[in-house]
Amino acid sequence: MAQADAADIAPEMQTERNGRLTTADGTPLKAALRRAERRRKFAAFLLVTPLLAFILAFFVFPIAQMMWRSVDNPQVVRALPQTLEALEDWDGETLPSEEVFAALHADFMADVGRPRAEQVMGPLAVRLNYELSAARSAITRTSRQVADFQPPYRDEFLDAHRLWDNIELWRVIEREGRPLTSAYYVAALDREFDSDGNIVLRDENRRIYVQLFIRTILMSAAITFLTFALGFPIAYYLSILPTRYANLLMIAVLLPFWTSLLVRTSAWIVLLQQQGVINSALVAMGIIGDDGRFSMIYNMTGTIVAMTHILLPFMVLPLYSVMRTIPPSYLRAAKSLGARPSTAFRRVYFPQTLPGIGAGGVLVFIISIGYYITPALVGGQSGRMISNEIARHMQQSLNWGLAAALGTMLLVGVLVLYWLFNRLVGTDSLKFG
Amino acid sequence: MTKAGNDRGFVVFDRVQKSYDGETLVVKDLNLSIQKGEFLTMLGPSGSGKTTCLMMLAGFETATHGEILLDGKPINNIPPHKRGIGMVFQNYALFPHMTVGENLAFPLEVRGLGKSQREAKVKRALDMVQMGDFSNRRPAQLSGGQQQRIALARALVFEPELVLMDEPLGALDKQLRETLQFEITHLAHELGITTVYVTHDQTEALTMSDNVAVFNDGMIQQLAPPDVLYEEPQNSFVAQFIGENNTLDGTVKEINGEIAVVELDGGELVDARPVNISHPGERTRVSIRPERVEANRDRLQEGVHTIKAEVKEFIYMGDVFRTRLKVAGNDNFIMKTRNAPDQTRYKPGTMIEIGWLPRDCRALDLPQAG
Repeated sequence: MAQADAADIAPEMQTERNGRLTTADGTPLKAALRRAERRRKFAAFLLVTPLLAFILAFFVFPIAQMMWRSVDNPQVVRALPQTLEALEDWDGETLPSEEVFAALHADFMADVGRPRAEQVMGPLAVRLNYELSAARSAITRTSRQVADFQPPYRDEFLDAHRLWDNIELWRVIEREGRPLTSAYYVAALDREFDSDGNIVLRDENRRIYVQLFIRTILMSAAITFLTFALGFPIAYYLSILPTRYANLLMIAVLLPFWTSLLVRTSAWIVLLQQQGVINSALVAMGIIGDDGRFSMIYNMTGTIVAMTHILLPFMVLPLYSVMRTIPPSYLRAAKSLGARPSTAFRRVYFPQTLPGIGAGGVLVFIISIGYYITPALVGGQSGRMISNEIARHMQQSLNWGLAAALGTMLLVGVLVLYWLFNRLVGTDSLKFG
Repeated sequence: MTKAGNDRGFVVFDRVQKSYDGETLVVKDLNLSIQKGEFLTMLGPSGSGKTTCLMMLAGFETATHGEILLDGKPINNIPPHKRGIGMVFQNYALFPHMTVGENLAFPLEVRGLGKSQREAKVKRALDMVQMGDFSNRRPAQLSGGQQQRIALARALVFEPELVLMDEPLGALDKQLRETLQFEITHLAHELGITTVYVTHDQTEALTMSDNVAVFNDGMIQQLAPPDVLYEEPQNSFVAQFIGENNTLDGTVKEINGEIAVVELDGGELVDARPVNISHPGERTRVSIRPERVEANRDRLQEGVHTIKAEVKEFIYMGDVFRTRLKVAGNDNFIMKTRNAPDQTRYKPGTMIEIGWLPRDCRALDLPQAG
C-alpha cells in the first residue's frame, strides 16, 4: 500500500520573509520561472533570426534609406560651402555683392581641382535644376569657363550665364543650402515656393500628384468594392459546398495566381482593345456600330477590370476561410426564431463575415494602392496610378528625392489607413486565411 | 388522416417517410402523436433517424412522403420561420456578435415587438433561467452551462407552444448535465409547453421524459413512458439499448400463459415472460436486468428454474457490487447486488446458483445477425 504523509498531500505554500512566493529550495518563484523560460525564449529567437536578419537587411533598411532620401539635401552644402557662408549677410532682395561672387568662384575652382569622380558641380546642377529650370546649363556652362575668370568676378559670372543675374537662383541656393530639405515634399504636394519663400499651390496645369493620389485611392476603393461584390457570393457558395467540390472550385479561384501576371494582363488587352474580342463580338452581333466601339483599355476601365481580376483571390480567400467557420446552425437558429431568410442572412450571417471582409478589403486595397505593372501596361493616361509616377521618377527623370517623397507619402498613407481600420474595426479580429 | 387517434395530438407525424438519396429511407413510415404539454424524447443511436424527424418538424428538412401536423394543421409547406417553434441546438448557436440580451431580443425584434415589451420579456426569460445579470455579456464570455441556459431562454422568450431540443446537453460534463436535465424538465412542465427532445443518452431520456420514442433503423421501436420502457422492453433492440442487460439465446420449449420455459443453447431451462414469441420451437433471446438477477434462493418463488453460474470477477463499486458471471456459455453475465451488510462478496471461481422472477425475464425476438 502506498503511504502518504501529510506534507506530500498538502505541501505548505513556501514564502520568503517578505511574503513573495518561493520554490521548494527557497529561490524566488519569479526568478525560477524566468530561468526556466530563458531557454525557450532563446530557441524561439533562433528560429526567427534568419527572417529577422533578412527583413532588416532588405526591407527595413531600404525603406529607411528611401525615407531619408526624401529629405536628404547634400548637394548645395557640399558644392558651395564658401558661397553659402558669404550669403549669410545677403538681404535677399538685390543681387549679391562681389564678395559672394568671389566665394562662388572659389567654390568652382575648388571643384576644378578635384578628381573627376569626386566633383560636386554636376549633382549641384541637377539639384538646382529641380527648383529652377535652366539652372543646369548655368552651372555647367560656368564651370567650363570659370578657370579663366578674373576679378571682379561678378561681371564675369553675369557674362558667362544670364541666370546669375536672377535673384530667384540666389534664393534657391540660399534656401537649399541646408543639409535637409522639404522641397521634395513641397513638390510632391503640387506646391512650390513663391518669391517670398512661402509655400503656394503650383499653376493649375502643373499640378499632378495630389490628383493622382486621389485617383489612386478612388481606383483602389473601386477595385476593392468590385472584388468584394464578385468575391462574396462565390466565397459563400464555396463555404456551403462539400469540401471535395469546394477544393475543385477553389482551384478555379486560385488560377490567376498560377498564371504569369504579364500573360494575364496581355490577355485582357486581347479581350478589351478596340479591335479586340469583346468589341468585335458586339459589332458582329449588331449591338454597337463599327464606329461606336468601346474603349475599354489603356484607360481607367482597363486598369480596374484587369486589377479586379488579379486581386480577386485576395478577397475570396479570407472571406472563404471566415465563412467556412460559421456553422449553418446559426442561420437555422435565426430562422427558427422567426427571422425571414433575408433577415437571418443580414442580421446573423453577414455580421459574422465582417472579419473576412475587413481582411480581404485591407489586403486588396493596400495591394492595389501600390500596384504598378497592370496600370503601366493597360492604364494608358487616365488609368495611371501613383506608383507609375514614382517609377517614372526613379527610372526616367532620375529625381530620386521626389520619388522617395512620393513613396514615403504612399507608405504613410497606407499606415494611416491601417491605423484607422484598426481603430474602427480592430485588426485582432482579422482573419487572413 | 388515416388514424382517428392521430387527430387529437398536438404534434402528429402521419406516415412520414424521408429519403435523402432516393434509394434508402432514413425515416420509414413514422406515425407519432404528441399530446399538448407532453415531454417526448426521441432516443436512438446516431443514424437512427431521430434528428431527421426533429429537423422535419422544425422545417429544415422536408418530408419525402406523409404529413406533419401541428395543432391540427399540416405544416409541410410552411417555412421554418413561420412555424413559431422554439429550438435549442446542439452547439447552442448563440449569435456570437450579439450580447446575451440582443440574442434574446432577436426573436422579439423580428416579430416587430416594441422596445419596452422586448426588454420586459428578455428580462423575464433571463430570470427564468437564473441568468438575469448576464444580459450584457457576449456568448463567448460564458461557460458551456451558461450558454446552454441562454439558448434555452432564447428558445422560450417568444413563448412558443412547442420547443425542440437537439442534444442540447451533449457538450456538458456529467454533473452540469444532471442539474440542467432537472431544470429543463422543470421549466417545460411549469410553462406547460410541449417539448420534443432528441438525445442518444438513455439516462437523459429516462429521467426527463413523459414518453420516450426509441428509434432505430428509421423506425420507432417502442414508444412508452420511461418505466415501461425499462421494465418491459418490447424487443431485444430496446432491451439492449436501454440500460444494462444480460442476454441468453435459446429455444422456446413451452408457453403457459404468462410464463414461457426456454431451453438455452447449453440445455439449461429458464423461465421468462413471453413478449414477442408465439409458439414453442421458436428461437428467442431472453433478457434480464443485472439488478433482477437473484443468487439468494430464499427470495425466489417455489418451483422456478435456476441455473448454475461461475463467478469470474467481483467489482466493488461503492453503493453496489457488480459480479461478472459465466452463465450458459456467456461469460459476460452481470449480477448487480446492493451493498447491504448481509450481502455476500463472491470470490472468483465460486460456483453459485442464480435465478429470477419469471416476470423480470423477457423472452424477446432474436435479432438478425449482422
